[in-house]
Amino acid sequence: MLSYFLRRLLTAIPVMFFVAVFIFLLLRLTPGDPAQAIAGDQATPAQLEQIRESLGLNEPLSTQFFTWVGRMAKGDFGQSLISQQPVLQMIGQRIGPTIALALTAMGLTVLISLPMGVLAAWRHGGLTDRAVMAFSVIGFSVPIFVIGYVLIGVFAVNLRWFPVQGYKPLADGFWPFAHRIFLPGLALASIYIALVSRMTRASMLEVLREDYVRTARAKGLSEIVVLFRHALRNAAIPILTVVGTGFAMMISGVVVTETVFNIPGLGRLVVDAVLARDYPLIQAIILLTAGTYVVINLLIDLSYALTDPRIRYQ
Amino acid sequence: MKPSQSAQKAPRSRLLTNPPHWTTVLALVVLVIIVAIAVFAPAVANFEPTQLNAMMRLKPADDTYWMGTDSYGRDLYSRVIYGAQVSLLVGAGVSIGALVIGLPLGLLAGWFRGLDAVLMRMMDGMMAIPGILLAIAIVALTDAGLTTVIIAIMLPEIPQVVRLVRSRVLSTRSETFVDAAVLLGTPPLRLIWRHLLPSTIAPLIVQGTYIYASAILTEAALSFLGVGIGTETPTWGNIMAEGRLYFALNPWLVYWPAIVLSLCILSINLLGDALRDRLDPKMKGRSI
Repeated sequence: MLSYFLRRLLTAIPVMFFVAVFIFLLLRLTPGDPAQAIAGDQATPAQLEQIRESLGLNEPLSTQFFTWVGRMAKGDFGQSLISQQPVLQMIGQRIGPTIALALTAMGLTVLISLPMGVLAAWRHGGLTDRAVMAFSVIGFSVPIFVIGYVLIGVFAVNLRWFPVQGYKPLADGFWPFAHRIFLPGLALASIYIALVSRMTRASMLEVLREDYVRTARAKGLSEIVVLFRHALRNAAIPILTVVGTGFAMMISGVVVTETVFNIPGLGRLVVDAVLARDYPLIQAIILLTAGTYVVINLLIDLSYALTDPRIRYQ
Repeated sequence: MKPSQSAQKAPRSRLLTNPPHWTTVLALVVLVIIVAIAVFAPAVANFEPTQLNAMMRLKPADDTYWMGTDSYGRDLYSRVIYGAQVSLLVGAGVSIGALVIGLPLGLLAGWFRGLDAVLMRMMDGMMAIPGILLAIAIVALTDAGLTTVIIAIMLPEIPQVVRLVRSRVLSTRSETFVDAAVLLGTPPLRLIWRHLLPSTIAPLIVQGTYIYASAILTEAALSFLGVGIGTETPTWGNIMAEGRLYFALNPWLVYWPAIVLSLCILSINLLGDALRDRLDPKMKGRSI
């Protein structure tokens, strides 16, 4: 198990290296001068030169890259060009709403899509099945911001069940928090629900044909126990994979959802950072999300190895 | 595993014998209408999409303004019509570009095992960066023109194409006819072209339609966030972005472009599903 873990960890290192190279080159090779961005339009050439010198922009690209990576290894992700605050601190201030939003969406996804997928597979070919499949095609096709506005229009503006926009942290009490996070969470979850319910259905369809499912039924176990304890557990691996790869989708969704619902999270921070050309902040956010993606997929791989010994010995 | 010859012939006959599902037909009709609207936009629109009219701000729909007017008094219907042009162009540019770049990379990675390890780690790295973050960064740091937007949306799509092609090549290369070709001394590039390429075409066509749909979606999201093609060009995304400020007053400023956008993506996805079921029966019912 340990050797599998180490081998898997080793493959994550080159991936992260390429992510770093990619982001670095992207920001350095695109037109637009960070020194100009800091100094503003009024700056004299001498001032620009001074800023370039202090940021190390005159060094060769390879030196700049390794200095950057070296600093990050020590936990120094640099300072924002605009607010002069350390970028990690800025990210820390904004990450709360984003995590709350992502966890809400994840929770809603599990609550909605697992039963939907299981039900569709159980009633394969029937009306329920077709309804679930139709729902998942629509969930894939309707953009999050459209779903967001429909939810706002129906449940906030017309029915007045929810506030239109805004965010309250959990510290302000559970009810105000839940009341504001529910609609954005649902909007963000929509594409994820489509994806996971589809995968659950496909995976369950294969498992339900197995002999042990027939055995479980023959033993006289209730259908609920057969479906959720015996079948769903064995159908879990492809579902977990989709949850992992879908994480990237959720990050993209967060940026849009936070804009629609006016939530002061990381998504808004990154759009503002990009518009202001705040290079260190952009680099740090992209790198951290990519890192999170790699770690989540690593954890999912490990969870396979824990549940299925065959994978460990490959 | 059947030889790719028969795998290619079979779908063609199925394509002719089985009548398409009604949703496929409907999707096709919707798409043809949207394409026609985009091509003949000047004839279909009632006004210039950028024509301002200060007297006619935020009017509800009537006989003249079929979908009402926006906050500058521009005709919403005409703007939505012209918005189709950008979406379809971006979709075409992105899907063709991603296939043209991803296909050779995937073929090479699948055949030359030494290259595979490095290339696939690079692709893993690219996939780890959320596409929209990458696209936002590229668009905002360069000029927000049509070409930039296409490149920005295309880059994150490439790894998926490479992976798909590579996995096809890996399964084809174990076939007897490939061994035979190797033993006959076929040069690698010719072997890839003649024997490995054909099996990748069907799944690539399917993948291409999904990329087309996802590109339209991403473009709309970028314009919606204000980092897409400039606001002087009407796109479904930036029509919605402008309309959202007046959402409480007149939600149709957001709903109209949203409906057309969603219908367009839905139709392409349905068409992609139908194509997949026909060209690639093994994938039937699977998630994309």
